[in-house]
Amino acid sequence: MVTFVLRRVLFMVPTLWAIATLAFFLVRAAPGGPFQAEKEIPAAVKAQLMHRYGLDQPLHVQYLRFLGSAARLDFGPSYKFPSRQVREIIAGALPVSLELGGWALLLAIAAGVPIGIFAAVRQNRTGDFAAMGVALAGVSIPNFVLGPVLVLALSLTLYLFPPALWEGPQSRVLPVLTLATAYVAYIARLTRAGMLEVLRQDFTRTARAKGLSERTVVLKHALKLGILPVVSFIGPAAARVMMGSIVVESIFSVPGMGRYLVNAAFNRDYTLVLGEVLFYAALLMALNLLVDVAYTWLDPRVELA
Amino acid sequence: MSIGIAPPAHVFEPDPAGPEPDLALAGARPASLWGDAWRRLRRNRAAVAGAAFLAWMSFTAALAPWLPVAHWLGTDELGRDAFARVIYGGRISLLVGMVATFVSLLIGVTWGAVAGYRGGRLDEFMMRVVDILYSLPYIFLVILLLVFFSRSIVMLFVALGLVQWLTMARIVRGQVLSLKQQTFVEAARALGAGDGRIIFRHIVPNTLGPVIVYTTLTVPAVILQEAFLSFLGLGVQPPAASWGTLVSDGARLLALFPWLVIFPGIALSMTLLCFNFLGDGLRDALDPQDRRDVA
Repeated sequence: MVTFVLRRVLFMVPTLWAIATLAFFLVRAAPGGPFQAEKEIPAAVKAQLMHRYGLDQPLHVQYLRFLGSAARLDFGPSYKFPSRQVREIIAGALPVSLELGGWALLLAIAAGVPIGIFAAVRQNRTGDFAAMGVALAGVSIPNFVLGPVLVLALSLTLYLFPPALWEGPQSRVLPVLTLATAYVAYIARLTRAGMLEVLRQDFTRTARAKGLSERTVVLKHALKLGILPVVSFIGPAAARVMMGSIVVESIFSVPGMGRYLVNAAFNRDYTLVLGEVLFYAALLMALNLLVDVAYTWLDPRVELA
Repeated sequence: MSIGIAPPAHVFEPDPAGPEPDLALAGARPASLWGDAWRRLRRNRAAVAGAAFLAWMSFTAALAPWLPVAHWLGTDELGRDAFARVIYGGRISLLVGMVATFVSLLIGVTWGAVAGYRGGRLDEFMMRVVDILYSLPYIFLVILLLVFFSRSIVMLFVALGLVQWLTMARIVRGQVLSLKQQTFVEAARALGAGDGRIIFRHIVPNTLGPVIVYTTLTVPAVILQEAFLSFLGLGVQPPAASWGTLVSDGARLLALFPWLVIFPGIALSMTLLCFNFLGDGLRDALDPQDRRDVA
């Protein structure tokens, strides 16, 4: 177990290096620099700026410097907001995205798993068809359509929640709902498929044969295995959600990671883009590792290789 | 064969596109795999309805220039007919979906088949590349590509296709790994077929089932991503519009003209829903071992 985790952590290093390299050169290859303004900047000022950020150095020097500072988690100051370090921006945006994503994921699991179990137990009956129809619709409605529709219905018509911003508990409801819907639906589908698979297996029949109630069979015996597909989905889902759904954050003006990433790409804010991307990649890999460990705990048959 | 010429005997030549050897040995009709799949698909009402809607949608999109302008859905803030905008948006959305999926199909199948067939170090390397691209936030890659190569629609095709082929490559590789052990591949090799011929004439046709299923599910994924990029202002540029652009434009005027969000939103969601219905149906029909929902 320990060697497995260690090996995986060690493997993360070359992967992160490859990502850093790819991202670095793609960003540099993009035309237009960070200091391209509507107004022409005097050449001397521009040279000063380039010098300050080390952009006047040859590319390989820039690259090595970038790798060195990235290893220390120091991505330097943002180009667009020179008074703020990239680290500070990420540190400020991450809790917002974490909160938004955490609630959304919690809601997705809390609603999706029971719906999936319900559908599996009533397979091919009306309840199943209704639940799965709604779930398929939930998967199919994009969040940038759902967001405005929810704003229209709950905010502009019924005046229940504020239509935007991130101030006070009331303002959390619409972004979380918008972000969670797709995951509720997806998790419900995964749970149903996983449960159906398990409910057909021999040990389920044994559990029934020894006289356990249907409730115990489903919730105690089958659920632990049936939920595995959901567990393996939570890793990538959490990473995607944690980054903050870019769309949800921009619809509702939520100051999270996703909104900063898009703005940074538009602004060619090199340091901020690179910092965000590396941070995201590391997060994704760490989550996948956690998921693999969680897998062995839920299903002892899985061996870590 | 009414003129009496006997077809060449198939004893020495494995049928490249045919069913798996053990099915053929069981004495089934040669086309039974596809015939069965077709019958199963037709019995799935959701899939048939989805396919019908998609056919109607494609038909309307293709006929767009000849449709009457009657302001059925009203007009937008510049007086443009909202119905025509939705139909023309659909042309672009559907086109992007198809072309980008085709790009991803070409790359993914080739990549996965070569990696799986050659195995060893090359396989290791090629799949590591896929792993790394997987962990790169795709949206970031697409944004960079769109910024770098200008925001043309061709670039959008390529950018979306480039990030979509990864799963396809994994699926095809997995299939190829098991297929290449089978005797019909050995037979082809014994007959002197080269690697390229074996991969593309004998192995790839046998992976068609999963590939078709995944392709059907890739199209809506691409349409969704295009809409997403257009919503952020990175995709299709005005005056052209896709469903994503329309929703984005409409969202800005939500309080005044809610229908400008609702109609393109419905068109987009319905299309995605129907593709998902069709994809689910195809999976159940073509992949009997994986029929979790029906079994």
